[in-house]
Amino acid sequence: MTALVGIALTSIFVQNFVLVKFYGICPFLGVSKKLDTALGMGMAVTFVMTLASMLTWACQKFILVPLDMEYMQTIAFIVIIAALVQFVEMFLQKSIPSLYSALGIYLPLITTNCAVLGVALLNVRTASVINLLGTYTLIESVVNGFSAGIGFLLAIVLFAGVRERLESSDIPKALQGFPIALISASLLAMAFMGFQGMSF
Amino acid sequence: MKEILLPALAMGAVGLLLGLLLALASKIFAVEKDERAEEIASVLPGANCGSCGYAGCSAYAAAISKGEAKINCCSPGGQSVADAIADIMGVSAEAVEEKCAVIACNGTIDKAADKYEYVGIEDCLTASRLQGGGSKACTYGCLGYGSCAKVCQNNAIKIENGIAVVDMEKCGGCGECAAACPKNLISIVPKKVKYIVKCHSCDKGAEMKEKCSVGCIGCRICEKNCPVGAIKVENNCAQIDQSVCISCGLCESKCPKKIIVAINKDDAQ
Repeated sequence: MTALVGIALTSIFVQNFVLVKFYGICPFLGVSKKLDTALGMGMAVTFVMTLASMLTWACQKFILVPLDMEYMQTIAFIVIIAALVQFVEMFLQKSIPSLYSALGIYLPLITTNCAVLGVALLNVRTASVINLLGTYTLIESVVNGFSAGIGFLLAIVLFAGVRERLESSDIPKALQGFPIALISASLLAMAFMGFQGMSF
Repeated sequence: MKEILLPALAMGAVGLLLGLLLALASKIFAVEKDERAEEIASVLPGANCGSCGYAGCSAYAAAISKGEAKINCCSPGGQSVADAIADIMGVSAEAVEEKCAVIACNGTIDKAADKYEYVGIEDCLTASRLQGGGSKACTYGCLGYGSCAKVCQNNAIKIENGIAVVDMEKCGGCGECAAACPKNLISIVPKKVKYIVKCHSCDKGAEMKEKCSVGCIGCRICEKNCPVGAIKVENNCAQIDQSVCISCGLCESKCPKKIIVAINKDDAQ
């Protein structure tokens, strides 16, 4: 249990996917203009990351390792994630239309998001705490995927809050728009760097 | 050979499996959609202005395909869109009643007096909340800070000489401006309407004369002259019942203040 809490805290704060590892910068900068769309994107990413962690772990364990072809990880995982997102989209549209319309275009957008692929690849490369001989177990992978998504959600929501404030502040002309967004993102990243050195 | 064949086969199998799964899922989770709704949505302007009375273009398209809505409610799209929808739905198009916004004030800077000089935020709502309902002497008139122009999606409203002026060519009749005006000066009327009263003041005639040279003084000349009884003076201001009006133009010629004006230059009868 302690190990799982440690994994969760690490991927939310210490190794935050966006602000420390710099994965998923595209949606982080692209969909953070408004707080509610940022929230939608964050939820969608969390959702997909959790499911993707589960499936890619299974793919690694039951297909890639037995056939001795771990080097195909990137391609295999991308295919699985893309199919998963498609499937989830269809499922939601039929079963939970309200959630489907809330996530909107963000769901298909994260099909090839590097943060999702990143979490899948890290899951099969990080040494497990529970099983001392191998990499992450299924439960560790799922917890890692979920908390990486929560880390993304936290980062994008914080950043959207900052950007909404920026809209109404007096910014020098040369810095208006994207430049100030990048500067604020880097300041936010520096704040998260403060967690460096903590280990669980 | 095995090094190439095995991964290729394995990946192929994974891909095939996922493909089959997705194909199956698309059958199981198929959501019944009326294809006509999508087609209709593609011919609608897509501005989601809401002038049809639905939440947006796609909601309107869905309502048409279900037979709940008439096909001629899209004012911005006009006749061409109605014809396109008629083709899709297989019915004959009815005439579209195109609408546009009209502003009931003609009190330009030179004609309407000011109470004080306003140097605050350029926004009608802010200005109208100040002492006396804004800087204009007439508390009913257009303040000219362009809150209506700011919300207009078609840039159809301009501030000229201190009052808002609608470009009827550009106006789609969505009604955003009418909602934004704190003085409730803007109304949405069918484009075929010819004569409107360019004043909204409830002040008595004598008071009105001091404040604005183009304000309705409630003299009732128009009311007496209208052959069909379409004009009534209520609360010291003339009002035209457009459903009765025959666009004869007698009121325009008789109005001593010239506040009844023709908004359509071409003969709309």
